[in-house]
Amino acid sequence: MTTYSAPLDDIKFLLNNVLEMPSISKLPGFEDATPDMVDAILNEAARFYGEVLAPTNKLADSQGSRLDGDRVVTAPALDGIYKQIVNAGWPGLTGSRDFGGQGLPMLLSVAVDEMSQSANMAFSLCPMLTKGVVTALNIYGSSDQKKMYLSNLISGAWSGTMNLTEPQAGSDLSAVKTKATLNGDHYLLSGQKIYITWGDHDFTDNIIHLVLARTPGAPEGVKGISLFIVPKFLINDNGEAGERNDVRCVGIEHKLGIHASPTCTLSFGEKDGAIGYLIGDENQGLVYMFAMMNEARLAVGLQGISVSERAYQQAVYFAKERVQGSTPDNKNTTIIHHPDVRRMLMTMRALIESGRALTYSAFMHEDYMHKSDNKERKTYHQRRIDLLTPLVKGWCTENSVEITSLGLQIHGGMGFIEETGAAQHMRDARILPIYEGTNGIQALDLVGRKLSRDKGKAAIELLEDLSLIVRDSRVAKLEVLANSLEASLAACKEAITILLTEGKQDWTIPCASAFNVMMLMGGTAAGAMLAKSAIVASNLNDKSSGNAIFNKNKILTAIFYAEQVMPRNTAYLEAIRAGSKSIMALDVKYF
Amino acid sequence: MKVLVAIKRAVDYNVKVRPNSDGSGVDLNNLKMSINPFCEIAVEEAVRLKEKGAVTEIIVVSLGPQKAQEQVRAALAMGADRGILIKIEETIEIEPLAIAKCLKIVCDEEKPDLVLMGKQSIDGDNNQTGQMLAALARYPQGTFASEVVIDNGSVFVTREIDGGLQTIKLALPAIVTTDLRLNVPRYASLPNIMKAKQKPIREITAEELGVDITSRVSIVSVSAPVGRPEGVKVGSVDELLDKLKNEAKVI
Ligand SMILES: Cc1cc2nc3c(=O)[nH]c(=O)nc-3n(C[C@H](O)[C@H](O)[C@H](O)COP(=O)(O)OP(=O)(O)OC[C@H]3O[C@@H](n4cnc5c(N)ncnc54)[C@H](O)[C@@H]3O)c2cc1C
Repeated sequence: MTTYSAPLDDIKFLLNNVLEMPSISKLPGFEDATPDMVDAILNEAARFYGEVLAPTNKLADSQGSRLDGDRVVTAPALDGIYKQIVNAGWPGLTGSRDFGGQGLPMLLSVAVDEMSQSANMAFSLCPMLTKGVVTALNIYGSSDQKKMYLSNLISGAWSGTMNLTEPQAGSDLSAVKTKATLNGDHYLLSGQKIYITWGDHDFTDNIIHLVLARTPGAPEGVKGISLFIVPKFLINDNGEAGERNDVRCVGIEHKLGIHASPTCTLSFGEKDGAIGYLIGDENQGLVYMFAMMNEARLAVGLQGISVSERAYQQAVYFAKERVQGSTPDNKNTTIIHHPDVRRMLMTMRALIESGRALTYSAFMHEDYMHKSDNKERKTYHQRRIDLLTPLVKGWCTENSVEITSLGLQIHGGMGFIEETGAAQHMRDARILPIYEGTNGIQALDLVGRKLSRDKGKAAIELLEDLSLIVRDSRVAKLEVLANSLEASLAACKEAITILLTEGKQDWTIPCASAFNVMMLMGGTAAGAMLAKSAIVASNLNDKSSGNAIFNKNKILTAIFYAEQVMPRNTAYLEAIRAGSKSIMALDVKYF
Repeated sequence: MKVLVAIKRAVDYNVKVRPNSDGSGVDLNNLKMSINPFCEIAVEEAVRLKEKGAVTEIIVVSLGPQKAQEQVRAALAMGADRGILIKIEETIEIEPLAIAKCLKIVCDEEKPDLVLMGKQSIDGDNNQTGQMLAALARYPQGTFASEVVIDNGSVFVTREIDGGLQTIKLALPAIVTTDLRLNVPRYASLPNIMKAKQKPIREITAEELGVDITSRVSIVSVSAPVGRPEGVKVGSVDELLDKLKNEAKVI
């Protein structure tokens, strides 16, 4: 049983009642995103991804992709699917209207993307990376480059890739060695990139690679990296894909999961050099890459929610079918009546709903940030995005491993058997804490860049915003939520203080505590968003408005989170208080 | 050539409905509503005829509550040109004859060359409206269509009948009701969903059309099918025969 039905009730409630879709749609340029339009788009996206893409997930996983010469052959289960998606226009949802996109809010696209990623995560990486290339070109591409590439990338007629990683350069991109030499109006690139997602395939007429490389004589380290556009086929005078460029797929990886997504080794310039075009200025590549990386990291966090939702739906279905054991009032019971199975299902549900609220809120800040013309508001939203990014990426993807593992556990032995499909979600989820910056790197980004640089200002600002939810919980008579959130917020504050004081004396303290700080803050911020959802639900029920059962269930889920998940936060604080001593004490030679 | 497509807002076919507690009907509160699947097939057919060049304008019409505007918009997103929403109170259970009478008035005004509609809606399962409209409007009818071909002032309708297919030729204007195998409706594309918003929908009420829509049928009770009782294992063929004869009384 691997069907998927988009959680439209939760998504619509979140967009319209908890987050601020109604105000977003009043921002200049978003006028089309009226409530009825948003509704119509969500409904059709749910139908499309649920009925067209979701059924491919399991088969495409078992088929995988293979290399035939230098050509990647994708899973047969995906035949025609990409074209169908392009024809339906979904890739262009947020794309600029100047280049044929619909210019709709990110707060809407995050919902559609969730459906796509739940339907088939390995496949959806392809449009996801293309979107990243669009973002980069939008901000830093020259007007000629935009004209040449954007329309085709936004429509999905062409796809895009990100080429950062090399064998010796993973987390540390300062070690990038790929060379780019100026040659007239373009550069010639040579070198090898590894682990390039959807680096080659036959879905599109062209693939636009964004490549990090070094020019001769460039400064050492990250300050000497430039960003290049390297199309698989050079663009001819008609703006179409023409002659083959000197970039080839020389291998694809055998992996634990996301089998339908070809992970390619790309070789640039084996013959005369791959023709590449510089984006912006030389040596600014990493800055450009980072502008898009925020969005890509949020997108990976969203993948965590998406694959978890799919695992949850499958686990619920199984738990209602499987008869095993007895309860005091039922001799042959379905396993959903066992409290331990309920613990697992509720944990999955609470982590998903809280994570969804947190992730969507980050995309909402993106909309506000892009549209705001007030400098102060703009920087406020940018600060919030910067802070939320490692939380969304790190916390949601760590949880996705736990959630998909719980989904498998609920299946018992059947879960370990590939046939049920529960194992696939766990295998697929496992990449999420690794790519787009490992969660270790996310944690360092949080404590290094996001917390230390401004001496905790942005973080305290977040905690203060969230403390309003404590107050509102009390007003709504949801004391449990108020108390647990209050304790978690206090834990966050203490953790930040520890980092800012003790961290100065011993560099290992912030580095060793970083992961715990990320989990503590992620769990607090997401828990706050779920508490907020419960307050909204409670107010709606007081007014007899909305779906009473949905609202009640939202409150129950938030109470579960407050009682069963929030305590993790104070435990993280305990570990942070203990500092780095026991982590570092054992000498390296004794490992 | 002008086509009128009648569509109904009905509970989504994926949703499992339950009788409400007093047994007066089914509980539709907060359930997902969609275009009735057979009506959606009718819209799709009209759009395909237009894409083939056989049709120039598609008008969708629906009788339903204000919210049925969503379904009219969905049909516009599939490719219809304009909509008509005949509004009724949400609480009214509208019956085939009342719908047919309203549609008759729309036919008089719009003078379509072809009316396409579903053979039945999955809520009432009546399978009456098309036939009633044909009688009221005095149009020829082709029901349960699995193929529709327009040719020179007539329409050839292939009908799914017991034991095979029957093809009939109707003079236009005519009414065609659609069966499941006529086509597979498309998904609306994002750009078309956006464009649908600009397409006009005329709203009127059944009252303004002068049609009496009060129910002529009263529902006595609605109940869920009784669950299947647990089976028993019989010990011998004799016991089986005995049970079939005396308990089940089937032999
Ligand atoms: C399936 C798949 C798809 C991918 N797709 C792409 C793609 O499309 N484009 C692309 O460019 N790359 C891609 N990657 C590469 C991916 O982003 C890297 O694997 C990832 O960034 C980690 O780099 P690494 O593998 O070199 O690990 P390393 O950097 O060697 O890390 C190993 C371990 O050390 C830790 N570590 C490293 N440095 C530090 C530090 N300074 N402090 C603390 N801990 C540290 C890490 O957290 C990790 O746990 C993909 C990888 C995979 C597996």
